[in-house]
Amino acid sequence: MGGLIKSSIARKVAMALSGLFLVFFLLQHFTINFTSIISADVFNELSHFMGTNFVVQFLLQPVLIFGVVFHFIMGFILEIRNRNARDVSYARYDGGANSSWMSRNMIITGLVVLAFLGLHFYDFWVPEIVHKYIEFAPEDATRYYGELVEKFESPIRTGLYVISFVFLGLHLWHGFASSFQSVGFNNKYSVAATKFAKAFAIVIPLGFVVIALVHYFNH
Amino acid sequence: MNLTLKIWRQQDATSKGKLETYKVTDIDGDMSFLEMMDVLNEQLIVEGHEPVEFDHDCREGICGSCSLQINGEPHGPDRLVTTCQLHMRKFKDGDTITIEPFRAKAFPVIKDLVIDRTSFDRIQHAGGYISVNTSGNTIDANAIPIEKEKADDSFYAATCIGCGACVAACKNASAMLFTSAKVSQFALLPQGQVEATDRVLAMVNQMDKEGFGNCTNTGACEIECPKGISLENIARMNREYLKASLKG
Ligand code: HEM
Ligand code: SF4
Ligand code: FES
Repeated sequence: MGGLIKSSIARKVAMALSGLFLVFFLLQHFTINFTSIISADVFNELSHFMGTNFVVQFLLQPVLIFGVVFHFIMGFILEIRNRNARDVSYARYDGGANSSWMSRNMIITGLVVLAFLGLHFYDFWVPEIVHKYIEFAPEDATRYYGELVEKFESPIRTGLYVISFVFLGLHLWHGFASSFQSVGFNNKYSVAATKFAKAFAIVIPLGFVVIALVHYFNH
Repeated sequence: MNLTLKIWRQQDATSKGKLETYKVTDIDGDMSFLEMMDVLNEQLIVEGHEPVEFDHDCREGICGSCSLQINGEPHGPDRLVTTCQLHMRKFKDGDTITIEPFRAKAFPVIKDLVIDRTSFDRIQHAGGYISVNTSGNTIDANAIPIEKEKADDSFYAATCIGCGACVAACKNASAMLFTSAKVSQFALLPQGQVEATDRVLAMVNQMDKEGFGNCTNTGACEIECPKGISLENIARMNREYLKASLKG
């Protein structure tokens, strides 16, 4: 992948576009999850649609998986290249004097999100795939809500979920606004766009946390 | 004031260096940082030791040669100044000051605090010029009307003195701020349009070849730049680069 995209700017733009794509996906995922604390029926209906629609399953899902894999592999490649660009480290380096912790530690917040995605796949995606494409179990359009609620019984899982979304928020606090700059968008609208991105980075992860806690305390 | 200095000493490009500790006394707050270094060096010479090598030339903030990483920040704790313009009153009596060379693979140490910044020169050579014929019937530059805003932005970009603080500050040792300033000063003017496509491709290509890192948009460069070169230049370079790549 590093060889495919040869210049530093092309890599950076690819990073930004994959990140923006994931932000868009996150919003869609949030919208559906949010219905689960309002109406079990609506949540079931939407989940059933997403889980059985041909376009979603065989077009959007592969694109999403490619997007995630591309994003984190490119993240690793950039991290390695960037580390190599300074072969002797400073004895004293005051990063806090000129930049935010979030901006300097995208790889750390990203790795936490990646670990969470592992858990998330194990929890929801693997059972889904087994159910649908391996066992060919009979479809029940109302099973989704129950499956979701069951996952939030455990305080440990709920806790991990909450921590992960805090890290996703930190990742997006820098990442979302940063992606505008990467694609060359820096003009009189940038102040407003940055404010929007920072608000998004708080509101959406917080929303996921609220959904998890509502299900946890409903048990 | 009396200070403890921890200074990077390195015999030559190939030997391993280390931090050495020195004491200086009676430093006046009105001295510049480099004058303080002169005091130290005079002391070292009197004591029969080798003085500390550091780069400097104009000592008035315009040449870009002075390049010291002071307490973990390029050009020290003050803003919008070069090391030669940094006053000792920014420090307190009894302080320990760590002084290192700007660190990047593309800026190898030559000796002590002196680094080789010819990688910047090679980026400039790759495209930081216009090929208008200036001998003979030169047209007055002012004959071409240019929007005030663009002329100003171009001028600000052109104030980059090539000191390398942006690279030194960046966690990725990225040279995007420097390169983008050099691309922008031409990209904003009609005189720069003839070579615009080739320029940005060649300069970015050279920047990558020199082994500078990628940009993560941390913004450290803009904060530490003694000339206040804006991040807008990086966004502009990214646009210019994308435009140029699409043109092929
Ligand atoms: C799967 C694990 C992930 C890893 C390992 C990861 C890693 C990274 C890294 C290292 C960067 C900084 C790249 C640079 O130096 O420029 C980055 C940027 C970014 N990430 Fe992630 N990330 C992950 C997941 C996500 C997710 C789930 C989203 C969105 C929902 C996201 C959105 C972004 C955005 C918007 C950027 C900014 C791109 C830019 O600066 O132009 N990331 N990511
Ligand atoms: S952009 Fe600023 S910090 Fe970088 S070389 Fe130019 S003047 Fe120095
Ligand atoms: S010596 Fe010229 S800028 Fe400092």
